[in-house]
Amino acid sequence: MNTKSLVAFIFIALLVIAGAYTAFLGLNVGGLSIPPLTESVSQGLDLQGGVYLVYEADTDSTGAELDREMEQVIEIFRLRVDSMGLTEPVIVREGDDRVRVELPGVEAAEEAIAMIGTTARLEFLDPDGNLVISGNDIDDARVMMDANNRPYVALELDAGAREAFAEATGRLAQLPSDPVDDRVIEIILDGEVISAPEVSERIDTGRPTITSQTFTIETASELAALIRAGALPVELEEIRTSTITATLGEYALDRSIQAAIIGISLLMLFMIVIYKIPGLVADIALTVYILLVFGVIVLLNATVTLPGIAALILSIGMAVDANVIIFERIKEDIGTGKTVRVAIESGFKRAFRTILDANVTTLIAGVVLYQFGTGPIRGFAILLIIGILCSMFTAIIITRLLLRLVVKINTRKSKTLFGLK
Amino acid sequence: MKIVENKKYFFIISALIILTGGIFTLIQGVELGIDFTGGTEIEIDMEQYIEASEIREVLDDYDPAASINHIGGDQNNIVIRTSEDLSSEQRRDLFNDLQAEYNLSTDQPLRVDQFGPSIGQEIQQRALLSILISAIGMLIYITFRFELSYGIASLTALLHDILIVLSVYAVLNIPINNPFIAAVLTILGYSINDSIVVFDRVRENIPFLKKNNFAELGNTSIAQTLKRSIITSVTTLLTIVALYILGVEQIKTFALPLIAGIISGTYSSIFIATPVWVMIKERQAAKKSYQGAKSS
Repeated sequence: MNTKSLVAFIFIALLVIAGAYTAFLGLNVGGLSIPPLTESVSQGLDLQGGVYLVYEADTDSTGAELDREMEQVIEIFRLRVDSMGLTEPVIVREGDDRVRVELPGVEAAEEAIAMIGTTARLEFLDPDGNLVISGNDIDDARVMMDANNRPYVALELDAGAREAFAEATGRLAQLPSDPVDDRVIEIILDGEVISAPEVSERIDTGRPTITSQTFTIETASELAALIRAGALPVELEEIRTSTITATLGEYALDRSIQAAIIGISLLMLFMIVIYKIPGLVADIALTVYILLVFGVIVLLNATVTLPGIAALILSIGMAVDANVIIFERIKEDIGTGKTVRVAIESGFKRAFRTILDANVTTLIAGVVLYQFGTGPIRGFAILLIIGILCSMFTAIIITRLLLRLVVKINTRKSKTLFGLK
Repeated sequence: MKIVENKKYFFIISALIILTGGIFTLIQGVELGIDFTGGTEIEIDMEQYIEASEIREVLDDYDPAASINHIGGDQNNIVIRTSEDLSSEQRRDLFNDLQAEYNLSTDQPLRVDQFGPSIGQEIQQRALLSILISAIGMLIYITFRFELSYGIASLTALLHDILIVLSVYAVLNIPINNPFIAAVLTILGYSINDSIVVFDRVRENIPFLKKNNFAELGNTSIAQTLKRSIITSVTTLLTIVALYILGVEQIKTFALPLIAGIISGTYSSIFIATPVWVMIKERQAAKKSYQGAKSS
């Protein structure tokens, strides 16, 4: 009986249990308070509720022209989404002519969609609230650089709107320079003031410019894109919508967690019944595996979706496989007359090749899924990949470490551990 | 164990299942999910059980061909599925109509999924492409690590598993959708994984091959890995069945093909993959001895 190894084994087991407890339930001892690790996992829209949208621009443009159009679509979406006051909205261009919008936590889903999808309304108003020109009157808006390399926004007005614009600017330019507010033209998009430049002179060329000391290339481009969005709206088609209420998402998560707890408990029990002490070793390794997977998820800031949870639970079942292959190998090697200690080493060596070949093939499926999949499929693939890599690691490192310890505890009786005489 | 010798019976069992699936497909046709065809799916909490025929009266204004399903323990939730992809406005109107008709206290559907027809086509193509690419990737890896005969045998087992799962779907008349494809790809990995474990043992036993008796070699290898095959499929099934029983609708669509695939994958690694490999090797050996006889 080797007490040192026994103590080490028990210590590791307790450490793993404590780790699992802290990770899933959090810790609150004295002044020390650790929130559960699971709280740091970012949840997909299907779990926390929200809106997922993909729009396709109905346009024949290509190249730089298409880039400009997509930029203006994104800018106007951003303006509208910002006004909803959401925490972590996502607005990104997808492929060439698509924009993906993700709005976590939106409650009135269809209202939000209606707001995002409406055609933009752009107006230039004088200080009295009279309409000077509207979106239709603008042919183009783009960012230019002045002699000092400072960005400004250059507009091009429709020939028919020149006169009205010249009249209004001429009138405002004559007013005294104080108060400034009286000499300002407000540019309003969907009811929101996006710029309020002061008129400095009468403009009859139809080519007004907006300058500002505070313009950076980004802010000037943003403004130009917003004006274009109101002037030359790009027709958008809603090609993909997915909304889910927070309640339903929460319910889905609860049910999945319940399924995981029951499935894993049955699995652990099964391993102990079949393999006794090595089964217990596999269970500890499995707990380490689950902790590791959660650690990697938090570290990579990977988003956990409902299909992702399915992949995780599936990978837990598969993670045990490596242990089973190892145990069966060791048993066989003991059967050929090797000592347990030698059998563990040789069994691991031979099992390693099997585990590697078997897992690489599954990994190929995971990587292809990630590369070619869309939306929910990618969520499934990423967790499948993380799961396979972690399961190989725990089976090869943790299981071996624990088995070596167990054998040392009582060398003479170690054969009975594997159910052999 | 005389598995290789009795391969005829195992092949017939599989062929019968696949044939049944084929017949069902011919009679009923293949039902595709809205993510492949384009369409809309709306889940609404009706707060009480309401007959589908009643709901249909409201639905007729939007899509007379829409399907209505009751789900949830008390059957209070309905899922409306249309092959038209309804616009945001139409969806809102539809919900408002139902809300007014049945005095719903909620002001939102629980869940909405809409797919335009163009994106459906694209998802379908990508799905097929990804299945093809991973199959080729696996074949290359196996040929590299083992040899071509193993690759062909494990892909045969794989094709078998996919056909079995498709047959299960055809018989149960469940629509084939994007999550189904993800499940198929996972089965792809799992099935090959299973075959590889047996083949790894075959590869190891090759040096002890006696008088080109590939059948005996196959049987021994199957026997040596049988316990592992069964234990692993039991552990995987334990978790995935728990998920199927307790999970919500969207999880069930993943879990069901996985269950069928895992069972089929275990079966095929034992009864299909190895016998097919033995057939290939026996043919190769016969060819060699024939050529040997000719040249001498």
